Amino acid sequence: MKTFMLGWEFPPQISGGLGTACYGLTKAMDKLGIKVTFVLPRGTGNPVGSVRTIGTNDPRTVTQSEQFTNMKFHVISSNLRPYAGVGSHRHENFNTYESGRSLLEIADAGVALGPDNYTGNILDAVNQYAEKAMIIAGAENFDVVHAHDWMTYPAGEAVSRQNHKPLVVHVHSTEFDRSGEHVNQAVYDIERMGMHAASKVIAVSNLTKETIVKHYGIPSAKVEVVYNAVEHNGDGICHIPAEKKDKIVLFLGRITMQKGPEYFLAAAKKVLQVVDNVKFIMAGSGDMMPKIIELAASMGIGNKVLFTGFLTGEDVNRAYKMADLYVMPSVSEPFGISSLEAMNRNVPVLMSKQSGIAEVVTHALKVDFWDIDEMANKMIAVLKRPQLKTNLSKNGFHESCKFKWEDSAMKVKNIYEEVIEQAKSKEKK
Amino acid sequence: MASVCFYFQVHQPQRLRHYTVFDHSDNYLDDYKNAEICRKVANKCYLPANKLMLELIHKHRGKFKISYSITGVLLEQLEKFAPEALITFKQLAGTGCVEFLGETYHHSLASLYSKDEFIEQVKAHRRIIRQLFGQTPRIFRNTELIYNNGLPPIVDQIGGFDAIIAEGADHILGYRNANFVYRPPGPTRLKLLLKNYRLSDDIAFRFSNRDWSEWPLTADKFAAWINAVNGCGNVVNLFMDYETFGEHQWEDTGIFNFLRHLPQAILRYPDNNFKTPSEVIRTYPPVDTIDVPYTISWADIERDLSAWRGNSMQENALAELYRLEDKVKNTENPGIIDIWRRLQTSDHFYYMCTKWFADGDVHKYFNHYNSPYDAYINFMNVLDNLDRSCSEAILKKPSRIYELSAERQSKTSNDNVANSLCFSERT
Repeated sequence: MKTFMLGWEFPPQISGGLGTACYGLTKAMDKLGIKVTFVLPRGTGNPVGSVRTIGTNDPRTVTQSEQFTNMKFHVISSNLRPYAGVGSHRHENFNTYESGRSLLEIADAGVALGPDNYTGNILDAVNQYAEKAMIIAGAENFDVVHAHDWMTYPAGEAVSRQNHKPLVVHVHSTEFDRSGEHVNQAVYDIERMGMHAASKVIAVSNLTKETIVKHYGIPSAKVEVVYNAVEHNGDGICHIPAEKKDKIVLFLGRITMQKGPEYFLAAAKKVLQVVDNVKFIMAGSGDMMPKIIELAASMGIGNKVLFTGFLTGEDVNRAYKMADLYVMPSVSEPFGISSLEAMNRNVPVLMSKQSGIAEVVTHALKVDFWDIDEMANKMIAVLKRPQLKTNLSKNGFHESCKFKWEDSAMKVKNIYEEVIEQAKSKEKK
Repeated sequence: MASVCFYFQVHQPQRLRHYTVFDHSDNYLDDYKNAEICRKVANKCYLPANKLMLELIHKHRGKFKISYSITGVLLEQLEKFAPEALITFKQLAGTGCVEFLGETYHHSLASLYSKDEFIEQVKAHRRIIRQLFGQTPRIFRNTELIYNNGLPPIVDQIGGFDAIIAEGADHILGYRNANFVYRPPGPTRLKLLLKNYRLSDDIAFRFSNRDWSEWPLTADKFAAWINAVNGCGNVVNLFMDYETFGEHQWEDTGIFNFLRHLPQAILRYPDNNFKTPSEVIRTYPPVDTIDVPYTISWADIERDLSAWRGNSMQENALAELYRLEDKVKNTENPGIIDIWRRLQTSDHFYYMCTKWFADGDVHKYFNHYNSPYDAYINFMNVLDNLDRSCSEAILKKPSRIYELSAERQSKTSNDNVANSLCFSERT
C-alpha cells in the first residue's frame, strides 16, 4: 500500500503537535510496511535522522531518511520560509519571537495579523504548495492521498482529482480551535472544501469530531477518530540540579490565545497566596508573549514566573524532569500531545477539560480552563501532597504507555483500505 | 434442614461538597446532593422494597424473616429527607420477623485505627437502633464485613453481642463451606456467621447480567440451589446491600418479582425455612473454629482492604484523619467532633480508589467525584480546615484545660499505636 502524504512540518523543526504526530504516525506506518511519500515545504530542515538529500538544485528535492525504510520525502522550495525562527521547540537557536513567524504561528495568530496580510501571503503559499505537489504526484504511483491540516487540503484535493485517488484529510486542529469565534472565512472555506472532498476525515479526538460535524456539515459516519500517541524515548541524559529549592510548575507550548497562558498566570497568582516556594516556568513563545510577560509583572509575580523562550531537545527533557506539575490550560485543544509526553516522563498533569486528550485519559487532573480557583486548588494540592503527586505520576506513566503509534497507524491503515475499496467499487459502477 | 438467613445492608454516606483550599467555612456537607440521592434511593428501593417485605411477612404469617443493618448516617438522612421510608422500617420492626444488627454509627473504618473511637461508635449505633426500633442489636456487623481475629475480643469487650457476621471468603474457609455456624479462636462465646457469596452475588450482582449462563434467574431455580445445600450445611447466609432491590438492579430487571416469589418457592421444600441471625445461632451449634489472621472484607474480588487502603493517598487520608483524634476530642466541641466522625465514613476513602479506575466499573458507579484524585484533594482540603478549626477551638478554651489536654495528647498518641496494632493484620 502506498500513500501520498502532504504535511507542513516534520521534526526536527516543529512548532506543535502536528510535526510530532506526523513523525510518530509515519514511523509506525513505515513499520507496518506502508510506503509513504511525504511532501514538505522547504524551510522545515531535513527530516529527522540520518538523511540523504538528492539533487538539491532541483526544485523538487527528494530526500530519503535511513530511519524509515519505506518512506520518501519531497521538500518543495517555497519563497515563504514557513518556519523561519519561531515555532520550534527543537530549533537550533533561541530566536526571539519577533524575528520571524512560522506559517502555523501566523495561522494561529490569525486575526491579530490582519486579514489582508494573512490571506495574501498564506493563500499564495498554499496554492504554490498545491501546484508543486501536483507536479510531484504526476510522477508518483500511490493508492491514497493523505493531507494534514488545512494548508495542505487544496493540494490534497488537487492531487486526488488529478491522480484519481481517494483523499483522506487529517484534522489536527480547526479554525475554531485556533481563532475561537473570530473565524477567518478564507481558512474556514478551505477546511470545509477539504473535508467535503475527502472520502474520510480523520479527527484527533471526539471533541474535534464534534466540531467537524457541527461546524463543517460533515456526516458523523464519515469522520473517524484516531488518537495521537506518545513515543517513549527513555529518560535521556540531562543534568538537573541535585537539590532544587523551589517546586516547579511547567507550562510548555506556544504562548498564544489558544493555549490559555493568561489563565495559567491568574492561577499562579492564587497559588502564590498559599504556597511560597514555587516557581512557574513558561517554556515556549508566541504572539502573546510580550503581553504575558507584562501581565506577570503587573500582577506582582514577575519574580516567580520564568520565561525560557523556545527550548531545544535536551532542554525540553530537562524542563519535564524538573517539573513537579505540568499544566495545559488550553482554551481549545484538539488533542494535546504535550500532556501525554509529560505523563510519559512521570510528570503529574493538570489539563483543561477543553482538550481532546481529557476525554481518553483518566490518571490526570482536569479543570475547566476558565475556572481559575479550581486550577489553583489542584495545583496547590499537587505541590502540597506528595501522595497525590506519586499516584498521578505512577499511574499516569502507565496510562500514557497505552497510547502507541502502532495502534494509530493500524487504524489509519484500516481507513485507507476502506476508502480504496470504496473508490474501486465506484469505478466499477 | 436448610435455613435461609437474609441480611440487608442499608447505608448512604453523607457526601462532601466541593471544597477548595481557599474555602474556610465549617459547612462541609453537600446537603443538596445528599437529599437528592437519599430521596431517589428511597423512592427506587427503600419504599417499594419495604412495602414488599411487609406484604411477604404478612402473607407467610411469620415464616418469612429478614434482618437489616442500617447505619446511623443513613437513619439521620432518612429522618431529614425521606421520613416516610423511616416509618416503613419502623413498621417492619413491629412485625417481630425483622432483626436489626449492630455496627458503627458512621460506617467507619475505626476498627482498624482507634479502638476507643470504634467502641464509642458501636455504642452510639446501639442507642439509635434502640430508640428508633425498640430492639437492642445482638449480632454485630463491621463496616464492609471487615474482620480478623482481633475483632471478637473487642466486640466481647463492648458486650451484648452473640455473633459477628463476616465474609465467607474461600481462603479462610479452605475445604469448609460457609453454610454452618462457626466460632472464632480464643476464649469467647461469640459465633461467626459467614456469607455465602456465590448465592448472595447471584442476586446482588449477576441477577440482570444477560451474559450469565443462568440468566434469567427465577425464584424456583434459586430455591432449588438453596435446597441443594441440604446435607452439606445448615444455613444459607444471603448478605447483600439493600439497594440491590431497585437501585443496583432496577425494577425493570424483574428483581422485585423475583423477591415476591422467592419465599413461597423456598418454603415449598418442607425442609427449608427462614431464620434471623439470632435464631440461626440459637438453632445451630458452631461446628468449627475459623482462624482469620489477615483482614478480610466483602469488597471486590480481593475481599480485602484494598478498596479503602489500596494506595498511598487513601493511607495518607486515613492516617491524617485519625491522627487528629485527640486534638478533635480535646476541643470538646460537639460540632467539631461530629463532623470529624462523619469524615470517617468509609465511602470517602472508597472514592479515592485507583484500583479499577481506568477500566470503569462499580467504583465509578458509586462515585460522585470525577476521579479518585479529586476525591483525595477535596477530602484533604476539608481535613486541613477541620484541623485549623480545632486549633482555634483549643485556643479559645481556658488555658489550664489546654495545658492538660496537650499532656493527654502526647500520652494517648502512644495508646493509639497499640490500639491499631491490636486489630490490624499481621505484616
